[in-house]
Amino acid sequence: MTQAAMKLGRPKALLDNRTHYCPGCGHGVVHRILAEIIDEWDIRDSCIGMAPVGCAVLAYQYLDIDMCEAAHGRTPEVAAGVKRARPDKLVFSYQGDGDLAAIGTNEIVHVANRGEPISVIFINNAVYGMTGGQMAPTTVPGQKTTTSPKGRSITGEGYPLRVCELLATLEQPAYIERCVIGTPNKIRRTKNAIKKSFRVQRDLKAFSLVEVLSPCPTYWRVPPTKAAEYIETYMEEIFPPGIIKDTTK
Amino acid sequence: MAVKTQEKVLVTGNVAAAEGAVRAGCRFYFGYPITPQNDVPEYMSARMPEVGGTFVQAESELAAISLVHGAAAAGARAMTSSSGPGLSLKQEGISYLAGSELPALILNVQRGGPGLGDVRCAQGDYFQATRGGGHGDYRLIVLAPHTVQETCDLAHEAFDLAETWRCPVLILSDQQLGQMMEPVRLPTMKDVPRVQDHPWALTGAAGGRERRIVKSFYWRPGELEGFNQRLRAKYETMENELPRWEEDAADDAEIILVAYGTSARITRDATRAARDAGIKAGLVRPITLWPFPAEPLVAAAKRGARFLVVEMSWGQMIEDVKLALYGHPAPLDLYWRAGGGVPTVHEVAEQIQRIARE
Repeated sequence: MTQAAMKLGRPKALLDNRTHYCPGCGHGVVHRILAEIIDEWDIRDSCIGMAPVGCAVLAYQYLDIDMCEAAHGRTPEVAAGVKRARPDKLVFSYQGDGDLAAIGTNEIVHVANRGEPISVIFINNAVYGMTGGQMAPTTVPGQKTTTSPKGRSITGEGYPLRVCELLATLEQPAYIERCVIGTPNKIRRTKNAIKKSFRVQRDLKAFSLVEVLSPCPTYWRVPPTKAAEYIETYMEEIFPPGIIKDTTK
Repeated sequence: MAVKTQEKVLVTGNVAAAEGAVRAGCRFYFGYPITPQNDVPEYMSARMPEVGGTFVQAESELAAISLVHGAAAAGARAMTSSSGPGLSLKQEGISYLAGSELPALILNVQRGGPGLGDVRCAQGDYFQATRGGGHGDYRLIVLAPHTVQETCDLAHEAFDLAETWRCPVLILSDQQLGQMMEPVRLPTMKDVPRVQDHPWALTGAAGGRERRIVKSFYWRPGELEGFNQRLRAKYETMENELPRWEEDAADDAEIILVAYGTSARITRDATRAARDAGIKAGLVRPITLWPFPAEPLVAAAKRGARFLVVEMSWGQMIEDVKLALYGHPAPLDLYWRAGGGVPTVHEVAEQIQRIARE
């Protein structure tokens, strides 16, 4: 087996279960990143994850760690409850854009504002995937969804919500970065960002969030091979990748 | 507060519930301000740090119950409290707690409804408390104190019940019971770790043990039905083992009154007044509203007793009395006031006399 092939093998913390994700979906990549970090840092015994309501509702089917579900949008508060009870554990909340930026806007703002020392992985694919492709708060202007059949109009439906920038106005969050599941370099950067988020929690006991612009070819109605291009063309301008806030330096 | 070192204290029902929970090992309280339960979060905000506990004033009732969800999943004895409109919001999280079979303590200091209603005494949350309250099939263990002492004692016992049955416990109090002061003999401080390593609790999968998942989601065909069957079987066992009630001169009573909480205090005085007037009246006071104590009612019905239910709602608990008496028909009356009206002893005594004359 070549070195490259070994690297492509399945991380131990990623369970050998066939995922329910569509072809080209970004969730599998982010799950793998989490599993790689859990393996590399050997933190299976100290890592506790929160699965959201949404496409990643079954995240616990794939990650070999203790996990909890949460009601739609309440994910970071359930995570905060776990973290308050077990402050020595590394706790992350894994959420989509409907969960975090619509029904759970209140929760994410206040968890961040209280500086709860958890890591939030925020998957932004600009659409409600699990329920069949409805408009999300992050749906880009003009984007057609099952509830914006003529394309999202700013009048009446508003602009896409920029969660990172919103949370960056708060005092307590220590680190907020927006990443992309696209080219291998962008994926590597995503992994580094999640690692940094875990370090911020472990070492600084502070709140951090990593937003991941993530492909949903099924409900964007593009082939998986065009998904990375779609993100670059339609999403990155509205949701510019990069470090949005970093007080750790 | 002075409460912590004294054995006998004069406190409100709300503070009694809070201190009872603290002495049961509750080290996590998450709440939100709503009248008439505000002295619970106020008390806990000072008390929790004294015992090495955690207090969070959440941004919403949804957040408060979600924090309970997380702390309970991690093995903590966690509590929240609220009143009517706040309980409506908490129902989401309570359904998840029940679906995840997590222990927790929820205190509802009932006020008048529907809607915003008012902040006066009422018992209109009976259905919400005893029928599950949120979405899906589930029950809570519902405890109904009628004195400040009993509020403290039931809060002190609640976590043991919740953990034994892996079922949230709801204490159904009301505005008068919550806000009035009575002397309380405080129970002992239980020796419970801040978080417990229950076999289901999220602790981090140490030592290569199998991972644990705290969830209520069952998506494979038939899986959820199987879970519901198991849950129902558990509730059936609880229905056999948990019902608890108190009787007052019910043994030979020809008229049995049924009431809980503040209504029960008033009704007890009315039945005693009726006894003084030569009417054989007695009280059955359910302490568990779920499971509802059918046994003393059936026994009285078999004796030929007739029944009068007194409640501060249009007639919610009377449905459980009817269910209890199913197959044992007996004359059944209801006297109710709702929307902040509290029955007087005189009113209830008049009802007893009316029934006695019929």
